[in-house]
Order: sequence, then structure tokens, then C-alpha cells
Amino acid sequence: MRNLLLIVLTLVSLNAAVMAVEPSEVLSDPALEARARHISAELRCLVCQNQSIDDSDAQLAKDLRLLVRERLVQGETDEQVKSYIVSRYGEFVLLKPPFNSSTYVLWYGPPVFVAIGIMAVFVIFRRKRSLSGAAAGLSADEQRRLKALLDDETTS
Amino acid sequence: MTAKRILFLTPGIIFGIIAIYFAVGLTKDPSQLPSVLINTPVEQFQLAAIKGRANADRAWGLENTDFHGDVALLNVFGSWCISCKVEHPFLMELKRTSDVPVHGIDWREEDPDAGPAWLKREGDPYTLVGDDPDSKGAIAFGVTGAPETFVVDRNGIIRYKHVGPLNRDIWVNAIYPLVQSLRAQ
Repeated sequence: MRNLLLIVLTLVSLNAAVMAVEPSEVLSDPALEARARHISAELRCLVCQNQSIDDSDAQLAKDLRLLVRERLVQGETDEQVKSYIVSRYGEFVLLKPPFNSSTYVLWYGPPVFVAIGIMAVFVIFRRKRSLSGAAAGLSADEQRRLKALLDDETTS
Repeated sequence: MTAKRILFLTPGIIFGIIAIYFAVGLTKDPSQLPSVLINTPVEQFQLAAIKGRANADRAWGLENTDFHGDVALLNVFGSWCISCKVEHPFLMELKRTSDVPVHGIDWREEDPDAGPAWLKREGDPYTLVGDDPDSKGAIAFGVTGAPETFVVDRNGIIRYKHVGPLNRDIWVNAIYPLVQSLRAQ
């Protein structure tokens, strides 16, 4: 039973690894094909927006995959191919947002918030420690008054 | 005291700012993508003529240079596209009532006869039509779905993009005033 489950899960995960790229699209040069796959994985499908064109079965995604391959065959660099598609569809097609002035908040935001959190924790702990330190050490004058109070209590 | 008050208010303020961002971001329609091609020239492209619409004087059905000379509309359609059928009567009306040329890109027909047959059945509102089976023309215009309609000025610069079916409201309020001002330039 357990083995059967394992087999089923393995088959299912194998199935998921098969991409939308059709055999007829694949380039004969494996190095170019690898570059094409890498670029396709970074480009958003405009029809089903949370998939890359490498994953998507949409017709437009297929045509974009073919366009990527065609341009690579013509000798363009990865950056040239990507920048052409960005020039047509905007930076929205890049699944990984680029690092520029309009995305500074996106990239710097999380580390800034982590830094604020660390600072807050640090400040709170220091304050706690200084408070407990004050409670532990009584001055000589305070010790005398405490003793007097306690003595007073026990005698009466 | 005031420092403490600020400290207590901070989470509320941060929440408020994030809430405003979400309120704006989540109510946008993600299918309405802004076009980066507005105010840029039409890219060089050449599309073959669809069947039955071959031009005697040249091999191409539609190419980028066709947008030089007069302000024109470009409509991306397909016989498979249901919204295109919705907007089609209005395109026919434009053909009868306006002097603005409407060019068409017949996008992604699996059967090369399907587009011509559709135009024969529904009527042909287009001045020039290019056949675009592999999205070359559609990608040149940054098209994500059909129908889309563009306004291109007499110098071949894209000035306006409308996603979805064209109708009289958009024509009267947005496209026609734009065409007039572009022609006056």
C-alpha cells in the first residue's frame, strides 16, 4: 500500500516536470535550447499571468517561445531577446522584477523592516535589563531604610 | 509619554499605508495591462494577405508602412474570438459612417480559410488585412488578447490602445476626438 502510494506520487511529480514546450519547438542545438528554456522560464505568459511562457499552454505563450528561439538562432544574446519582449510588453513580462528606481521599495523594503525589527528587539531587551539591574542593586541608604522597615515590622 | 504614544501608533500607521496600497492594487483589473507602446512608432512588420484579399500590386496584406500618410485604426481580430463578433457590427457601422481607415490583423487562425469565411459571412469592415498565424504582428503591437484596437497617427506612431470590444461610447468619447486632433496636427 505504502509502495503503491510512493509510485503514484513519483508518477505525479514526473508529470509535473513535463513543460508546455512541444517537441516540434525544441532547437537542435542543445546549448541554444538550454538558453531558450532559461529565458522562457523568466518571461510571464500574458494570458495566464502567473505562469511563465515555458509553463503555459496558451497559444500566445507558444508563439513567444518560438520567437525567443528564432531570435537566439539569429545570434542575439539572452539580454537582447529579453529586452525585445520587454519593449513590446513592458517590464510586467519579467517574472523577476528588475532592480531600478521604481522597484527600490520592493527590493529594499524587506531588509529595512528586518533591521527595524532587530533594533526594536535590541532596545526592548536593553531597557528590560537596565530595569532589572536597578531592582537588584540597592544603594547603602536604601539598604538601611529597608532594614529599618523590616526591623520595625518584626518588633511591633 | 509622546514617544510612547508614537510607538503605539506605529503599527496602526503602517497598517494604514499597506491598506491603501492594497486598496489601489487589488481593485485594478489585471487583464488591463498598460501598453508601453503608446507614443512609439509601429515596429517593422509584414503580414501576408488573407485569402481572397490579395492586393494586385504587392505581396503583403499589411505592413508597418501602411500606417504612414493618414491616421488609421488597427483592429486585432480572429474568427475564433467571441468578443470580436460582439464589436463587429460597430466596425461595419464605422465603415459606413466614418472616413477613418480601419486595418485588421487576422490573428492566429488555425485554418487559413476561417478568417476570410468569417469576413464573408459577417461583413468586411477593413481597408487592409494582414494574416497573422504565428503572432508576429500581434507581438509587434504588444497584443495580449483579441479584440484590441489601436489608433496610429499619420507618422506611424501608436497613440492609443483599447482592450476589448469597441463600441460607440469609446468611439465618441475617446477615439474620434483623438483622431480629429491627430488629423489637425
